[in-house]
Amino acid sequence: MSYEAVIGLEIHSELKTKTKIFCGCATSFGAEHNTHVCPVCLGLPGVLPVLNKRVLEFAIKAGLALNCKINNFSKFDRKNYYYPDLPKNWQTSQYDLPICEHGYVDIETSKGKKRIRITRIHMEEDAGKLVHSGNTIKDSETSNVDYNRTGVPLIEIVSEPDMSTPEEARLYMEKVKSILQYIDVSNCKMEEGNLRADLNVSLRPKGSDVLGTRTEMKNINSFKAVEEALEYEIERQEEVLEDGGHIIQETRTWDPDRGVTLSMRSKENAHDYRYMPEPDLVPIITSDEEIEKFRESLPELPDARQARLESEYGLSSYDAGIITSSRQMAEYFDAVVAAGADAKLAANWIMGDLSKNLNAEGIGIEESPVEAQRLGEMIGLISKGTISSKIAKKVFEEMWKCPDSPEKIVKDKGLVQITDTKAIEAIVDKVIADNPKAVEEYKGGKKKAIGSLVGQVMKQSKGKANPQMVNQLLAQKLD
Amino acid sequence: MKLFEQPAHVLHDMLVNKEITSLELTQAVLARIDEVEGDVQAYLTITREEALAKAKAVDEKIAKGEEIAFLEGIPGAIKDNICTKGIKTTCASKILQKFVPPYDATVMQKLEAQNPVVLGKTNLDEFAMGGSTENSAYHPTCNPWNTDCVPGGSSGGSAAAVAAGTAVWALGSDTGGSIRQPASFCGVVGMKPTYGRVSRYGLVAYASSLDQIGPITKDVTDCAHILNIIAGRDEMDSTSLDVQVPDFTKALVQDVKGLKIGLPKEYFVKGMDPEVEAAVKNGVKELEKLGAEVVEISLPNTDYAISTYYLIAPAEAATNLARYDGVSYGERAEDAADLVEMMTKTRTQYLGEEVKRRIMIGNYALSAGYYDAYYLKALKVRRLVKEDYDKAFKDVDVIICPAAPSVAYKIGEKISNPLEMYLQDACTVPLNLAGLPGISVPCGYNKDKMPIGMQIIGKALDEETILRVAYTYEQSQSYHEDRAQLGGK
Amino acid sequence: MKVTKKDMENVAVLSRLSIPADKEELYTQQLSDVLEYVDNLSAVPTDDIQPMAHVLPVSNVFREDVVKESLSRELALSNAPLKDDGYFRVPKVLED
Repeated sequence: MSYEAVIGLEIHSELKTKTKIFCGCATSFGAEHNTHVCPVCLGLPGVLPVLNKRVLEFAIKAGLALNCKINNFSKFDRKNYYYPDLPKNWQTSQYDLPICEHGYVDIETSKGKKRIRITRIHMEEDAGKLVHSGNTIKDSETSNVDYNRTGVPLIEIVSEPDMSTPEEARLYMEKVKSILQYIDVSNCKMEEGNLRADLNVSLRPKGSDVLGTRTEMKNINSFKAVEEALEYEIERQEEVLEDGGHIIQETRTWDPDRGVTLSMRSKENAHDYRYMPEPDLVPIITSDEEIEKFRESLPELPDARQARLESEYGLSSYDAGIITSSRQMAEYFDAVVAAGADAKLAANWIMGDLSKNLNAEGIGIEESPVEAQRLGEMIGLISKGTISSKIAKKVFEEMWKCPDSPEKIVKDKGLVQITDTKAIEAIVDKVIADNPKAVEEYKGGKKKAIGSLVGQVMKQSKGKANPQMVNQLLAQKLD
Repeated sequence: MKLFEQPAHVLHDMLVNKEITSLELTQAVLARIDEVEGDVQAYLTITREEALAKAKAVDEKIAKGEEIAFLEGIPGAIKDNICTKGIKTTCASKILQKFVPPYDATVMQKLEAQNPVVLGKTNLDEFAMGGSTENSAYHPTCNPWNTDCVPGGSSGGSAAAVAAGTAVWALGSDTGGSIRQPASFCGVVGMKPTYGRVSRYGLVAYASSLDQIGPITKDVTDCAHILNIIAGRDEMDSTSLDVQVPDFTKALVQDVKGLKIGLPKEYFVKGMDPEVEAAVKNGVKELEKLGAEVVEISLPNTDYAISTYYLIAPAEAATNLARYDGVSYGERAEDAADLVEMMTKTRTQYLGEEVKRRIMIGNYALSAGYYDAYYLKALKVRRLVKEDYDKAFKDVDVIICPAAPSVAYKIGEKISNPLEMYLQDACTVPLNLAGLPGISVPCGYNKDKMPIGMQIIGKALDEETILRVAYTYEQSQSYHEDRAQLGGK
Repeated sequence: MKVTKKDMENVAVLSRLSIPADKEELYTQQLSDVLEYVDNLSAVPTDDIQPMAHVLPVSNVFREDVVKESLSRELALSNAPLKDDGYFRVPKVLED
């Protein structure tokens, strides 16, 4: 029996507001435990929530960027369950009237474009952190609770079960991350827990449209783990089904060290969350005009940008995809082109030397010591013929270290390309005279020998001779 | 009248005129506490030293010739489900027996601007769940008019203190009648403002969509003054209304000419004590003599109000009280093998019977499979209850009915039958469901000299009219000058 | 509606309460009495009625995204039953 996987993702993204969703405590990461707390987020007797306006704004922007319909009428609900990281023993979330519904993202898979539908996006509050005395929750006699994270605003993005491979799930999550970063509603720093996913996967016979029993893996916080956990779980489910067994609907944990999913202590009943409308918060009414204003305030999104780069500048789909993978890189690219650079060269330099240097130092493009303006000017010099691409590499390294303009560097270091035929000819003649052996070999049929002669000319000219002219002149003189 | 028997507005004038000092006044009330508190048991915590220190500070202000605010230097009490920073707040529950809030309720902050003398925290039914203060985990409170009887609830401590003279004024809270009914049982004035008129921030939640804080006072004048102080939009409470707070004391005029009073026929049938019915109807007749017009109205969904309340309130309570789990505050049971056992043991051990009962009713009404038939249904009938009032208020200006179907009954009489207790709330819960304001004023006694209260209900945000009607009625009688003669055993 | 023993057990778990064996019958009876009483609501026609969770028509109450001072850690922990180096300490948490 051949099976196909049916995968759905629930992505939780922390919003980058300054304060928590219902109180004025700061949300900044890395503070000393239990120092970003107040009576409200501690759930002390008598406290009440008040909604942070920015949270709503960011949630609506996220919905628009993910092609959702924004609901004019939306409200909060209590999701009731007991856990020590949840001070009130309920999570304020949205149940039947979420802020956004019915969206989608398009992903570019190895088999082509695919649309992944988004069922809904809703706002909710994050819970605190448990620090266990042992290595895992299972072998800890006690646990310590830090409430700093309680009340940090989240949006939960629920997908339809439209994905069929772990690759698609990863691509979907990467795309969502990129969009959220584009519109600047989340830092999406997965290592800080800004972005996590719950994975739902089931199997069904190929071609069937009846869904199988699914299992869930919660709080996966790396793309690698998304793919690996799904790969393992799909295989595990397949084995169970092929052995004639049944899949138990349950939540499993992903153990990255052993590379397996493990059953958590199974409960007889699923949680009864007893959802009820939150009486302490009033409904949210957003007019169509307000929604349009939000839409207009969005920056150009990745897909639109990529399309523009392909059509306006003739970039390849691959190159355009890389350049637009982050908003910072896309804006950097636009600025380089605005500084007068040829688009294709700009793309190459950004994807090549710039990225290499940034990665080596572990910094993002926003921190690049070479600003878009200077890179643009440098590329302009290449196009004008003032320097060759090879020389440009030297100029680039200089610009990385000092704030001088490319023109200044070229001038100071005397890197202007030699294009004077007479000057090059002089060096060519000398090299021919000094390297009889190579000349013999070339004339004898070994065409490749010209390479060493070119090299000699370049060396003699300190790399400044125009390489094409050198090749031309040598060929002329030797043939 | 003795000093501790005077209302705040009289005492304020006396302080301003330097006839008395705040220290004298405070000492007089504290002496009264020493005299009768043993019999009344209105308080859970008495902050004697802080009270005396505050009184002295106010006297220094007066001596310097500084102006003082209405409540400045005047001793009052706060129901123990209102958070007071640095002062133990127990909600009359064992689970919070050592809880000291690190913050003040908004009403406390507003009061503090007036610099009153806070004498302490008063007794209540545990977590405000009850109608007699017998559900307090500590001790019952006794009615100053007859210490064998209940003071009503859940704000029984506050009402008893004001009636006994052990507080000049008090704050209570009202979710299903918890200010109005004890005010009527204790012969004092009690008001539940419009839902959203007074901030709930710092009021330990029982039923979020029904709770309101309100004044309990010796007369209507004091009530209007205190409402001025505590009302107003609060940025910490999303449900507090963004509306102007009028000067409620301007409503203290005697004028009911042309006022239309609605008498709901449904409120005067079911097993009501005939003496209560008579006293309230007499009160209405008095208002007619003064120029008001009486109209019989119908509130057809009255019969369903109790059921609606006893589904919504417990459901909200079940979630509101889920936080009492021994994790980050309150008591924690010992010897638990794991967290779930700890939470269960803690709650079972430290929460009272009535509280546990309501939590279970609430979770039942919210649980899968029952939500639609119970909780959701109740929310729908709630709209019908409110619409009844909206319709009635098209024809009348105020609605009058008793604040309770009986006078204060004996301690222990009804406590063993929860359902019978719930049925006592028939006159008061509809108002909480509809969010309307209501005030209870004394309107007579039964043959055993137990007080009876007349409830005046107004349109949303129309506390001014009900204050005016209450004031007019009060001034035409002399019940506000009567004081409980402590004794009666 | 008559409350069954299973209902009571379920509700007790949802409420994190344990019912002592000798009180089971009493509690079940008391709960049943109340729930049977409130069943009178089923007689009210509400097909076209919207539920009313909020009594007054308020909407869109927000606060600005401005940082306010937090509680000191000492105050935050001041009522904790068990503390450990600035944390709230709880007993063994089984998976939930």
